[in-house]
Amino acid sequence: MKSNVGKLISTAAVALTVSAGATAGTLDDVKAKGFIQCGVSQGVPGFSNADSNGNWTGIDVDACRAAAAAVFGDAQKVKFTPLSAKERFTALQSGEIDVLSRNTTWTYTRDTSLGLDFTAVNFYDGQGFMVRKDLGVDSALELDGATVCTEQGTTTELNMADFFRKHQLEYVPVVVQKADEALAAYASGRCDVFTTDKSGLAAHRSKLADSSAHVILDETISKEPLGPVVRHGDNQWKDIVTWAMFVQVNAEEMGISSSNVAKIKAETKDPGIRRLLGAEGDMGAQLSLPADWAYNVIAQVGNYGEVFERNVGPSTPVGLPRGINKLWTEGGVMYAPPVR
Amino acid sequence: MSDNTTSSNKSLLNDAGTRAIIFQVVLLAVVVFVSYYLFSNLQANLANQGISTGFEFLNQPAGFPVLIHLIEYTEADTYGRAFIVALINTIVISLMGIILATVIGVVMGLARLSNNWLVARLATVYVETLRNIPLLLQMFFWYFAVLATLPIPKNSIIFGDFFLNKRGIYSPNPLFQEGFGFVIAGFVISIIASIALIVWAKRRQTITGLWFPAYWASLGLIVVITFLALAISGFPIEFDLPQKSRFNVTGGMVLPPEFVAVLVALSTYTGAFIAEIVRAGILSVNWGQTEAARSLGLKDSLTQRLIVLPQALRVIIPPLTSQFLNLAKNSSLGAAIAYPELVAVVMGTTLNQTGQAIENIGLCMLVYGTLSLTISIFMNWYNKKMSLTER
Repeated sequence: MKSNVGKLISTAAVALTVSAGATAGTLDDVKAKGFIQCGVSQGVPGFSNADSNGNWTGIDVDACRAAAAAVFGDAQKVKFTPLSAKERFTALQSGEIDVLSRNTTWTYTRDTSLGLDFTAVNFYDGQGFMVRKDLGVDSALELDGATVCTEQGTTTELNMADFFRKHQLEYVPVVVQKADEALAAYASGRCDVFTTDKSGLAAHRSKLADSSAHVILDETISKEPLGPVVRHGDNQWKDIVTWAMFVQVNAEEMGISSSNVAKIKAETKDPGIRRLLGAEGDMGAQLSLPADWAYNVIAQVGNYGEVFERNVGPSTPVGLPRGINKLWTEGGVMYAPPVR
Repeated sequence: MSDNTTSSNKSLLNDAGTRAIIFQVVLLAVVVFVSYYLFSNLQANLANQGISTGFEFLNQPAGFPVLIHLIEYTEADTYGRAFIVALINTIVISLMGIILATVIGVVMGLARLSNNWLVARLATVYVETLRNIPLLLQMFFWYFAVLATLPIPKNSIIFGDFFLNKRGIYSPNPLFQEGFGFVIAGFVISIIASIALIVWAKRRQTITGLWFPAYWASLGLIVVITFLALAISGFPIEFDLPQKSRFNVTGGMVLPPEFVAVLVALSTYTGAFIAEIVRAGILSVNWGQTEAARSLGLKDSLTQRLIVLPQALRVIIPPLTSQFLNLAKNSSLGAAIAYPELVAVVMGTTLNQTGQAIENIGLCMLVYGTLSLTISIFMNWYNKKMSLTER
């Protein structure tokens, strides 16, 4: 009898030990299952949005596609998990997703205490306010006494509080669990103001029935560097996601795009470009990736400029100007370390 | 081993009592071991991943605003205080919901038994509609459908000093001036006097059989004494009246639409279930009881109050307790429509700012557990009080 109990205890203990700590080795896990599980938003046009056939598009979606192109040579090997703002970090911490690419702001607290690492910035954003045109408001400083709708669980909530406190303005916060319902509350007239990152405001405004009746105020009240996030402690995986992004920026700087990358790889004599595209040297081995991983990223996803124009550029419904997201050579802040 | 010890061992093992104790001890050891193991495993994993642990965050400044706070709260206050604010919001909505749902349930339950065809059918339609639609949908309905029909603040519906618009119901806010303590004292005294009156009336009825309308008399007592106290102290109340401003109506007291939507959704939904419980309870009392009461010469109202209701309550209370518990837990759905209750503030914003899922979810579970147990204990006590006492 006793020995049976002993066996039971030791079996249970062994069973439990197996589940303990498995943070490193995301690349191996991803290779084994054959796809990257990517956490995205529940629908922000231009950033991550599914069409009626379930095809995801957007800047954040392309960050995951770039990582898939680097690992598998196939940008389609991604599965998406739509997450609300409040679910996103838990989903990444628990290993439900491999990359969180959900217009997430890089902040000190998130980087240091959540067990997460930010990789690179794929969009420099800032928080703004949207109001109805007929309210006649020109500046955020006129918002004393206003009711403000926003989504729960974002930096937006805190920035909004800081802004109104700093300028000693009264306000009524209406904090809704999901972005869509926050927008619905704003649209129904519950709030005078809707606040989130400016890119998000433009994206959400494109969803409103009477989108031309709303105006985004000029003030930007915060810095919101958005980018993909991975679990802390898996440096190899972090490097892959980071450099998949950096390669896109470098490609734009070097004038390489998805349309000319094949030609350039075949013809160029430039050693820097030959190294980048895997025509010489072995840049892939250091990341346990194929030698032509960067080539695959550029050929299948495109350079950063292409990604921007395709998803949020002036010709899209979101219609954002390139602004500070231009390359550093053109007066923006998009700057990637060199591939050497 | 000698024969002797083996035989005594055998008899000890065969003893049912001893065996039971051994099993209990072994089971306890396994439970303690497994819990300890899981806990230390969790601690190690969190440390590995660099996720902070512990409850120190409760003393950190929260930095986020909360729409409805019944105690003083600003963004500079701590997460701990935000937790208390949310806790109060949860308790308030639960208690008000329970009271309102009970009233609706009793009225609708009686209406379903009514001899009036129209009243009975209307009550049936109410019960069958509301209890067959998911509660979350009903909350969205009350929030968005009602918001859509109300006017914007510029075109508020105005009744005297009351304003009604998309931002809520605005009413004058009473500000208690110096001397209001006198009024409170008068109110307390009148309540004590009423209790004494009711006790006296009961005792007199037991001894002499004479009846005195003690409840009506005490109601009058409370109103008159409180009003006298108000008059003597010179009405020490001023009102902060709501006024229109650029965006909103400012000043006064506001009942935000989030609160109203959650309260209405919770109480009408649970009320539908309570109506059925009340109907079942009343139908469970044998018709013979009513006939017996009538043959003793009791009026219809007294028959209901003294004979039918006490017996029906014995059937009603246990399932009613479950409905109260459901309502308290369902209040967490308010998070979906911006009512800042526990789940919204703690598991939403606080969890997201601090990233400490286990602590925050643990806190919420503890609160809902405690709240439910408290309701349970109270209802069990009430059930015991109402149960059949044999003489």
